[in-house]
Amino acid sequence: MDLLTVKNLTVTLATGRGDAAAVRDLSFTVGHGEFLGIAGESGSGKTMTALSLLGLLPHKGRATGSINFDGREILTSSKREYRDLRGKEIAMIFQDPMTSLHPMLTVEVQLTEHLRHHRKVSKDAARQSALELLSTVKIPDPEAALRAHPSQFSGGMRQRIAIAMALACEPKLLIADEPTTALDVTVQAGILKLLHQLRKERNLSVMVITHDLGVLSSLTDRIMIMYAGSEVETGLTSDLLQRPRHPYTKGLIAALPGHTNDAKSSQTKRLLSIEGMPPELGNFPSGCAFHTRCNYAIAACKSELPESIQISDSHRIFCPVDPFSAKASIEGAK
Amino acid sequence: MKEILNVSNAVVEYDRQGLKVRAVAGVDLTLNAGEILGLVGESGCGKSTLGKAIVGILKTAHGEIVFDGSQVKKLTRGQRPKHFRNLQMVFQDPYGSLNPRRKIGAQIADGLVVGGSSRKDALHEAQDLLEKVGLPRNAIDRFPHEFSGGQRQRISIARALAAAPTAIVADEPISALDTSSQAQVANLLVNLVEEYDMGMVFISHDLSIVRRISDRVAVMYLGKIVEIGTVDQIWNNPSHPYTRALISAIPHADGTGFMPQDLPGDVPNPMSPPSGCRFHPRCPLAMPECAEIEPAFRTLSDGRSVACHLQTEGSEPVSISIG
Repeated sequence: MDLLTVKNLTVTLATGRGDAAAVRDLSFTVGHGEFLGIAGESGSGKTMTALSLLGLLPHKGRATGSINFDGREILTSSKREYRDLRGKEIAMIFQDPMTSLHPMLTVEVQLTEHLRHHRKVSKDAARQSALELLSTVKIPDPEAALRAHPSQFSGGMRQRIAIAMALACEPKLLIADEPTTALDVTVQAGILKLLHQLRKERNLSVMVITHDLGVLSSLTDRIMIMYAGSEVETGLTSDLLQRPRHPYTKGLIAALPGHTNDAKSSQTKRLLSIEGMPPELGNFPSGCAFHTRCNYAIAACKSELPESIQISDSHRIFCPVDPFSAKASIEGAK
Repeated sequence: MKEILNVSNAVVEYDRQGLKVRAVAGVDLTLNAGEILGLVGESGCGKSTLGKAIVGILKTAHGEIVFDGSQVKKLTRGQRPKHFRNLQMVFQDPYGSLNPRRKIGAQIADGLVVGGSSRKDALHEAQDLLEKVGLPRNAIDRFPHEFSGGQRQRISIARALAAAPTAIVADEPISALDTSSQAQVANLLVNLVEEYDMGMVFISHDLSIVRRISDRVAVMYLGKIVEIGTVDQIWNNPSHPYTRALISAIPHADGTGFMPQDLPGDVPNPMSPPSGCRFHPRCPLAMPECAEIEPAFRTLSDGRSVACHLQTEGSEPVSISIG
């Protein structure tokens, strides 16, 4: 049994023009010890998906469907049950550690608070765990760090402290929402290395949410691509990045500036881009939401919601056309 | 190739509680017409400060910035000499750089009116500029909040184009944008540089995008340029350990599970820069002399310049590997 099984999750938010679905009929799983990446542009619903797992949807946000975590349904939890779950069993780190850490409290207060709340341990025991956590995330001089305030650390160190906080109660699932987006590449590489190491040491399950496919390539086992609140493609990281099948995934990968030394791409300065823009909440196109930007769209794409097509056990797309299948390329050649 | 911008020994200082902090500590560079010069480095290295000094938003404490034959002076309340109009800047944040209470057309027309057009002609021309950057002509009557980040950045670019620039400093122009918009706006900038034969300083922390669109790259660390050369030289055979570290830290989106290499430590406080080579406390290849002697800029046989004791003036670049 997977650690997390999400079925038909739909998240509705209140907007100025009435209710709108930010996440639409989403189903996915995270296995024990698995790193799942969720990628998509802003407005694709990836953050709302994460927040619905924690019962942290914005005011007037509603989630329907089913979220089974560690053998029990959590979507119907009460506020109190969610409070016991958050931080203890599911923890989250955010993009900007300056806003997720309290600026006026010392690291010690912030690191020991939920240990004392969830575990009911003594102050000294909590302090001892905090010191261990800080060395786990490789903060130099943990003793001094405990007495310091978040502003005394650089962005990378702050993110390490946020990770230490998230790990304090040994959660089963860690959700990382754009964990390295605000950091320099040199610092980002350090955080990626740390997450990779923690995974080996702790058999942690992690959901990484980002628009950066490079980050997902280094960390994850599988990737789910979202567009306008829906899943468009899910597959093993290597399959998805090397043999993408959905036109949107293909476009995202083609738009990357690339890292190889192939001469052809350095000669041309133009990047390939997907024309147009992702739709705004409340304004998602009918049928397959991507059809307005898709070069392969057929009439059915406009009117019918795409069904999932299983390409292999681990790889599926939501595209009735499947223009990059072997069959389609043979037909194209004819 | 026509040189349109020449920066020599530029120093920019900030006042911090009565102390002088050198954010830019002596930079030399040139920009030619029709060229994109990428300026890269970690946050806090002084690249935005340098960009602002180039267009005159910040004052230089020492050194000279010469644009098209005359020296750039800091902007004041008075009107600038006319030909400085042709030196423009595009900012990172397309939300903060447009006035939320004025219509798009009026904001773009300002530049044209200063250039001598009547308001009426200017509004008409603003429509042409909007079309040029890929927006509908009727956008002149709309307000910034009606547009997405990518569209707003296009508006900022149209506004810069209103002054018929021959050089643009673009400070992280695509960093705040979504993946789809990033490629589109980068392509727009490349097209404009070619079409108008402009020079562009493209400031970015993202070396992989800089590599795609630039002709030359300058790598900055703690207020100084450490290496400057063509994109191929910098990307395929970096000769400074810092350049190598920046490239090795970029993740590869190829699904192979490649783990990028981190560079421990942070950019030091510019109030008390390290002795000798400013990079030596973080440099995996540092030698004893690096802590004592500041490496002078040396030009290698392939034409690039680098400030590192591992390289010798006039020789082939010694290839650098770390980790």
